[in-house]
Amino acid sequence: MTHMTTEPTRGKAAGPAAGGAAKRTPHTGGIGFDELPHLMSLMTGDEKHGPAATSTLDALWVLYDRVLRVSPGTAEDPGRDRFLLSKGHGPMAYYAVLAAKGFFPTAWLPGFGAYDSPLGHHPDRLLVPGAEIGSGSLGHGLPLAVGTALGLRAQGRTEPAVWVLIGDAELDEGSNHEALAYAGAAGLDRLHTLIVDNSSATHGWHGGIASRFEAAGWSAATVDGRDHEALHEAFGAPHPGRPRAVVARVEPKGD
Amino acid sequence: MDTMRERFASVTSRLLEEDPRLAVVLADIGTAGFAEAARRHPDRVVNVGIREQLLIGVGGGLALTGLRPILHTFASFLVERPFEQVKLDFGHQDVGGVLVSAGGSYDWPSGGFTHMAPGDIALLDTLDGWTVHVPGHPDEAETLLRHAASAGDDKVYVRLSAQANHAPRAVDGAGFRTLREGRGGVVVAVGPMLDHVLAATEGLEVTVLYATTVRPFDAAGLRAAAGAAGSADVVLVEPYLAGTSTRFANEALADRPHRLLGLGVDRQELRRYGQLDEHLAAHGLDPRGLRERIAGFVAARP
Repeated sequence: MTHMTTEPTRGKAAGPAAGGAAKRTPHTGGIGFDELPHLMSLMTGDEKHGPAATSTLDALWVLYDRVLRVSPGTAEDPGRDRFLLSKGHGPMAYYAVLAAKGFFPTAWLPGFGAYDSPLGHHPDRLLVPGAEIGSGSLGHGLPLAVGTALGLRAQGRTEPAVWVLIGDAELDEGSNHEALAYAGAAGLDRLHTLIVDNSSATHGWHGGIASRFEAAGWSAATVDGRDHEALHEAFGAPHPGRPRAVVARVEPKGD
Repeated sequence: MDTMRERFASVTSRLLEEDPRLAVVLADIGTAGFAEAARRHPDRVVNVGIREQLLIGVGGGLALTGLRPILHTFASFLVERPFEQVKLDFGHQDVGGVLVSAGGSYDWPSGGFTHMAPGDIALLDTLDGWTVHVPGHPDEAETLLRHAASAGDDKVYVRLSAQANHAPRAVDGAGFRTLREGRGGVVVAVGPMLDHVLAATEGLEVTVLYATTVRPFDAAGLRAAAGAAGSADVVLVEPYLAGTSTRFANEALADRPHRLLGLGVDRQELRRYGQLDEHLAAHGLDPRGLRERIAGFVAARP
């Protein structure tokens, strides 16, 4: 593992998890949701972010803050939950969340995209503490997640959940359809796909994205991708014997 | 004698018993040979259906959890079709695994070009860090498969073929082996080309090296053979795209004047069906074709 700048922070304790029932998660210690725009501005120099830049922000926050059993201290633990960012484009929200949770220092953020920064415009798992995969080329994350779920099962690790985030346009890639058809047939119930839908797929999805997953045997739900309680509820819903898809709808790209 | 593919199924099934780290992933090809292993180890023998991108992606995912995946299908579907997955899901993720192909360059000539992959190793040569084994006999395939399975987290490609030499040679999963010595040049025979090369060079004053592990390329072995032969005239005879290894041979001999001839499968699509020996002859890889070109090259020495 190579880090190009300062010492990596794997092992540093995460901030305390926030709880509460507000629509937006309240700030109860550590770095809170309300500070994420500032962290993103360190990368972009812009306090105001368009919907495309923040499309994944709420869903990522709820996952890392309230769902995933992984922290800087357990980032190498074989029993950790896995989160695979498949949609590696526009990773500022991902970096902001990882920094907020202490996977690496916020001081890394201003270097975003620079030669000596570990934070590229697409994430590299060898450079970014906490990143499970390097991504950027669309359509790789879900197949890798299927393999990860199979690998954990083959080693008797039935506890860890595997999450993968894809975009609605990324669903166009045929490799995703190979993976979702197989995962449904195989009943990989530790596999979860989060589809952030900002209506960016060129031809759209007749019948809605969730129907594609349901037809392949998945449990699926569609929620408001800005509503933290709705996301949390959808993420935690039981789905025995079936993989789970959560479609998080946000403002259309470009609006 | 069984085929290399049959040996792959039997030896890998045994390896699954011995090494809990191994997992086999198939894409509806070669499943019959693993039926018993799949019953015994349903979590470590996975058939994803006719989904080759998923085949490779699943392999990468298995490796991310610490397992050592062994992925198998025809070379066209294993290396060429999901090439970006091979590049990213193994290389970019920095994980290892074993790709085992069948079909070679024309194991099923009557099947036509859709099932031929003479360019597989040239394609893998665009990537970093792949070990490539090209066995010339089922016994060698077994040895090299065992090397590949136990090679830590290395990325290994094992290219199996229906074409085989009549007898196995001792292989070590590393360098080239000297089978014949002469002072008129060096002929490197790769895997299943050996019998034809030995027949073609009968009576010629040339050294014959046998190569079953072609990546990393045994530059030291080639240099030593060229030195001992007193001639840096080198002929590469490969059962895949002609010239695939010429860059490596050139680099090995960069500090001395040398001549190089790369023989193998023509780039131009043959568009013929028929039998394996007819394709070998068409590409000049039968003993007669090889003899003519090797003898001509050696005799043309300035």
